[in-house]
Amino acid sequence: MPLNKDATAAIDVRNAVKRYGDFTALKTISLSIRDNEFFTLLGPSGCGKTTLLRMIAGFEDVTEGAIFLFGKEIENLPPNKRPINTVFQNYALFPHMTVTDNVAFGVQRLGKSRQEALRRAGEMLELVQLSQFAERKPAQLSGGQQQRVALARALAPSPKVLLLDEPLSALDLKLRQAMRFELKEIQRETGITFIFVTHDQEEALTMSDRIAVMSSGEVQQLGEAREIYEKPRNMFVADFIGETNLLEVFVDKIVEGRAMCHLGGGHALTCDAVEGVGEGAKVHMSIRPERLVLSETEAPENSLRGTVHDNIFVGTDIQSVIDLDDGPRMLVRTSNSDRGKKHLFERGATAYVTMEGGAARLLVD
Amino acid sequence: MKRRNDIKHYTGFLPLTLLCLFILYTPLIVVMVYSFNESTSITTWGGFSLKWYVDVFTGPESAKFKQAAWNSFVIAIAAATTATIIATLAATAIIRGGRFKLRLPSLGLISLPLMVPEIVTAVALLIFYNFIGFSRGMMTILVAHIVFCIPFAYMPIAARMQGIEDTYEQAALDLYATRFEAFTKILLPLMLPGIISGYLLAFIISLDDFIITNFVKGAGVETLPTAIFGSVKQGIRPNIMAISTMLLAVSMLIVTLSYLISKTDKTK
Repeated sequence: MPLNKDATAAIDVRNAVKRYGDFTALKTISLSIRDNEFFTLLGPSGCGKTTLLRMIAGFEDVTEGAIFLFGKEIENLPPNKRPINTVFQNYALFPHMTVTDNVAFGVQRLGKSRQEALRRAGEMLELVQLSQFAERKPAQLSGGQQQRVALARALAPSPKVLLLDEPLSALDLKLRQAMRFELKEIQRETGITFIFVTHDQEEALTMSDRIAVMSSGEVQQLGEAREIYEKPRNMFVADFIGETNLLEVFVDKIVEGRAMCHLGGGHALTCDAVEGVGEGAKVHMSIRPERLVLSETEAPENSLRGTVHDNIFVGTDIQSVIDLDDGPRMLVRTSNSDRGKKHLFERGATAYVTMEGGAARLLVD
Repeated sequence: MKRRNDIKHYTGFLPLTLLCLFILYTPLIVVMVYSFNESTSITTWGGFSLKWYVDVFTGPESAKFKQAAWNSFVIAIAAATTATIIATLAATAIIRGGRFKLRLPSLGLISLPLMVPEIVTAVALLIFYNFIGFSRGMMTILVAHIVFCIPFAYMPIAARMQGIEDTYEQAALDLYATRFEAFTKILLPLMLPGIISGYLLAFIISLDDFIITNFVKGAGVETLPTAIFGSVKQGIRPNIMAISTMLLAVSMLIVTLSYLISKTDKTK
């Protein structure tokens, strides 16, 4: 097997399969995580993202395939022999030790002197701005502070790769948003490869260099945040990441990279062709609500007529619900800052929903 | 509706409760009160005195009781220590060992002595010692005590360990600790309240045991309970009440201690 392909990758997962008895948790995963990257495994609970993370950490063995760390196979190394550290979901700070001793623990296990370990712990606590809490016990800290101690503890031994298992899920919204930036900052500052597991798509989009969207034990799509959001490959990704409108279309012809389609009622639509969708296919088209424009008159292309069902105020945007004459219910988001410029349609009014160029995306089922 | 369903409003609740409390605690109170009796009689009150406590330590039977108390404490300490070590290792294997085939049988075997009638264990041990030619004395008592102390030590230790998430040990392993370090530096300190609690429980169970001890002890070797029993056979003197009261105080102290320690939770 030509396994050792990419020695520059921080983590190289090659055809990894994980089975528990008859249950297959991961179906042949292959992905390569670059050095210095903020990489996110995103998916709903039970998609296998945590299993994959635990396999990289060494807490689960690999049923088939292999995992490489900078070109070196780590399958046979126990967790305490892998230069990889984890920030656990519930932090797992040692409750009987002070914050400093928690952070120094890993450094000391590596055979460094106590003095050296304490110095390093001090450094790390400074990095996460918790120096003044060094002598406290974890229970005397708030959730956000505990989270930062867990981060400092995992970073202290200078791991080659840092794994983060939904580390923000226990924090409240404000803190979670602040921590996103802090995590990203720390990742840039330390230059350590971060592998971040989350089910929160917003978290993934805001922090990651690249995202692997997972579901039912498979990687559905791997790419940069923008790419995943704007060019979802299939139904699952389009639906899971952000909000979207789905239209069932028939592909008539593909000409020069453009797909000519029509809706069930015959209305013609065109959009970019994608790999995997050929002529004659019946597939779904995805259009993000913010890429739709409402107007009184029909636009020359990709314009559908409907009736305004409701207008919902959602802070930064107004969300209009439109029942299409020839199709399902659509959501249209209009930014509040554009409200003066754009006409807001009353309930029951007739309006045309027009897709911005390049906004519509055909999905592989 | 709620008030009517409240157990306090059931007919006869109060008298029944009082009756139970009376039957349970009156004998103990009588013994405690009469241990301070000036009179030699065990039924008539002759004024307050500590003379029977003095008698326990200096009276004609004092040498016998001192030796018995010494034996009791030596056995209790040795038995509790050994049982606690075995119980800790057993709990680690059963709770942290993952799913192994003999897990359920192990769990059953370790708690079985709780369900076997004491007299059966006593007779079985006696026959077994005879069978292997183990001559009776302190050692036979000690081995027997270790055996029946294990489940008592196991219970609080296992309960404690179940309350400790295994992510702590995983975090230790993740931070380059060996399995042994993860056990000694993380799991053991977190389990300490349970271990102390189990130790004290085993200690008190050993200290109080009569039936098994009486069967397996050698001639001339007495523990406190068997010495008290021997003394009572010759007629109940108030010094027995004084010893019993002291034993009760020690028991209560240790059980309370055990309870309080098991309540301290370092994980919170």
